[in-house]
Amino acid sequence: MSEKIDTSYLDLDTKDETFLDSTEMVLNMGPQHPSTHGVLRVILKLDGEKVLGTECIIGYLHRGVEKIGENRTYTMFNPYVDRMDYVAAVSNGLGYCETVEKLLSVEAPARAQYIRVILTELCRISSHQVWLGTHALDIGALTPLFYAFRDREEILKIFEKYCGARLTTHAFRIGGCIYETYDGFEQDVKKFCTFFLPKLDEYEELLTTNRIWVTRTKGVGILNPEDCIALGVTGPVLRASGVKWDLRKAQPYESYKDFDFEIPTGVNGDTYDRYLVRVAEMRQSVRILQQAIEAIPTGPIMAKVPKVIKPPVGEVYHSIEAPKGELGYFIVSDGSTQPYRVRVRPPSFVNLQALDKMVRGLLVADVVAVIGTLDIVLGEVDR
Amino acid sequence: MPEETKGPDSVLPPPEGAKAPAETASPSNPPATPSAGTEAAKAAPVAESKPAEAAKPAAADKPVVPAAPKAAAPAAAKPPAAPAKPAGPVPEPWDSELVTRLRQQYGSGIEESSRYLGQTYLTVDQTILLEILRRMRDDEGFDYCVDITAVHYPKREQQFDMVYVLYSFPKNERTRVKTRIKDGEHVPSAVSIWETANWLEREVFDMFGIVFDGHPGLKRILLPDEWKGHPLRKDYDILLQDREWVQTNLGIESGQ
Repeated sequence: MSEKIDTSYLDLDTKDETFLDSTEMVLNMGPQHPSTHGVLRVILKLDGEKVLGTECIIGYLHRGVEKIGENRTYTMFNPYVDRMDYVAAVSNGLGYCETVEKLLSVEAPARAQYIRVILTELCRISSHQVWLGTHALDIGALTPLFYAFRDREEILKIFEKYCGARLTTHAFRIGGCIYETYDGFEQDVKKFCTFFLPKLDEYEELLTTNRIWVTRTKGVGILNPEDCIALGVTGPVLRASGVKWDLRKAQPYESYKDFDFEIPTGVNGDTYDRYLVRVAEMRQSVRILQQAIEAIPTGPIMAKVPKVIKPPVGEVYHSIEAPKGELGYFIVSDGSTQPYRVRVRPPSFVNLQALDKMVRGLLVADVVAVIGTLDIVLGEVDR
Repeated sequence: MPEETKGPDSVLPPPEGAKAPAETASPSNPPATPSAGTEAAKAAPVAESKPAEAAKPAAADKPVVPAAPKAAAPAAAKPPAAPAKPAGPVPEPWDSELVTRLRQQYGSGIEESSRYLGQTYLTVDQTILLEILRRMRDDEGFDYCVDITAVHYPKREQQFDMVYVLYSFPKNERTRVKTRIKDGEHVPSAVSIWETANWLEREVFDMFGIVFDGHPGLKRILLPDEWKGHPLRKDYDILLQDREWVQTNLGIESGQ
């Protein structure tokens, strides 16, 4: 009974000290981590599970797109912009072509503008589908990924039929579009719209009231409108905080003023609201598609632009509402065939800066949810 | 693909001189177009309009383009027989209550206020930059700093243009505030005004080597810390660095 238990192997005296260690721990996450959506490295400062601060290390995908732009002609640089936000290549091309058109004081013909809107809205849906699938996967829901990618295929098929490429499409040219729509384009888009709306309900059925999904996203990563504006955050992240601002409405470009659609906004600015906003945005995109395909005018698809593009000396900033937020181009022309300076204002880069503010005080697992909800594409962050 | 340019213009980048900024390169000396044959014939109207630019008394130091009617863009596409072809719109003075207010207070500190292609911009003296930016946010409603970037003009005395793109949510209006600085000069950081300036300024530092005073953590953002040089400067030479790297790491001459 009085036999003494040998506990020397437990080494309790020293273990206790380390066990109750309350110093800050630094944990490295990424760059090779599936939930960072590419090659993002986040250094987390932790107190147990609680995040005290983060530091993002980016630049792993830096290709010097802006420098490349200075060494290519305006026409040659066009395909490069597709490689920035590669899940929304069409939007990138639209922004670039519009900016150069502005420099040239050219406007794309009405038919080209409609084709552009249709493809850009399809692209917005496909970008949001990638976001939905991967974001849900990060949080542990496997099925939405398969659903989203299965349905995205229909969009990629339309892209492929239209211009031969599925991802980096290079669909638009400075001055309009290069390709006329193929036979059956209208039917394909209409078919997609009727096919896609019930699929959206399916996604929502899986997630919107799913208890795990709601617990993981409600109240997580809250951004209030003031912080959003101070941090320059745009796109669905800004709208989920209750700021009703969309460049398609605020400063309409292309033919967006012709369409009737709404800007979905959130209330709480948390991850759950951002999910609702993006899903609602997909519905609005379908609305735009349905209107555009009915009203698509006939006529030329290319404005009169010189073969060698030489914009007059000057500089211009133009931005569009990309799926991730405000995508801007600042181009300085010195009157030669190459841009003197191309600056890209990437929405992902600016939005990622908000990560630190959003995750402070949350748990490690929430960092994954917040990175997902920001919807970043590292190709665009690093350029 | 019909719209792809086949001329030598698009294949060979023009010599370094031809890419010089418009301000410094005398407009009377238009960049020699290396094109020949049909391309030259098409480019002719554009080139011809250049001397007209020289005749104009160049308004101080701004990019001056020949004065012309607005709808002028596709100049080169038309046959040369057409009447004298204007090359593009000119920046026109921008007058508004905002500009008047600022001019009243800062006088010559506001160097220029113009409108080009419907977009407005202010060029201000570097010493009052931060004051102007703060005022734009607090009093004029430009609450959202869209972008901060720089442009390098190596032939100018004040080599860099700092460009701040601002947007006002209440007014739904965009404007740009610009300032010119010399190489090596510091710029006050705008982080105290907009948090978003943090990364944007780090990127400008990374790409141009412009130092921001008062920035909370000014270090490289896209390139590795040990990187040499600042790539978006016009005098950046990647080949030199490549040769150096090959020599030190491989001990051979680079084949580039």
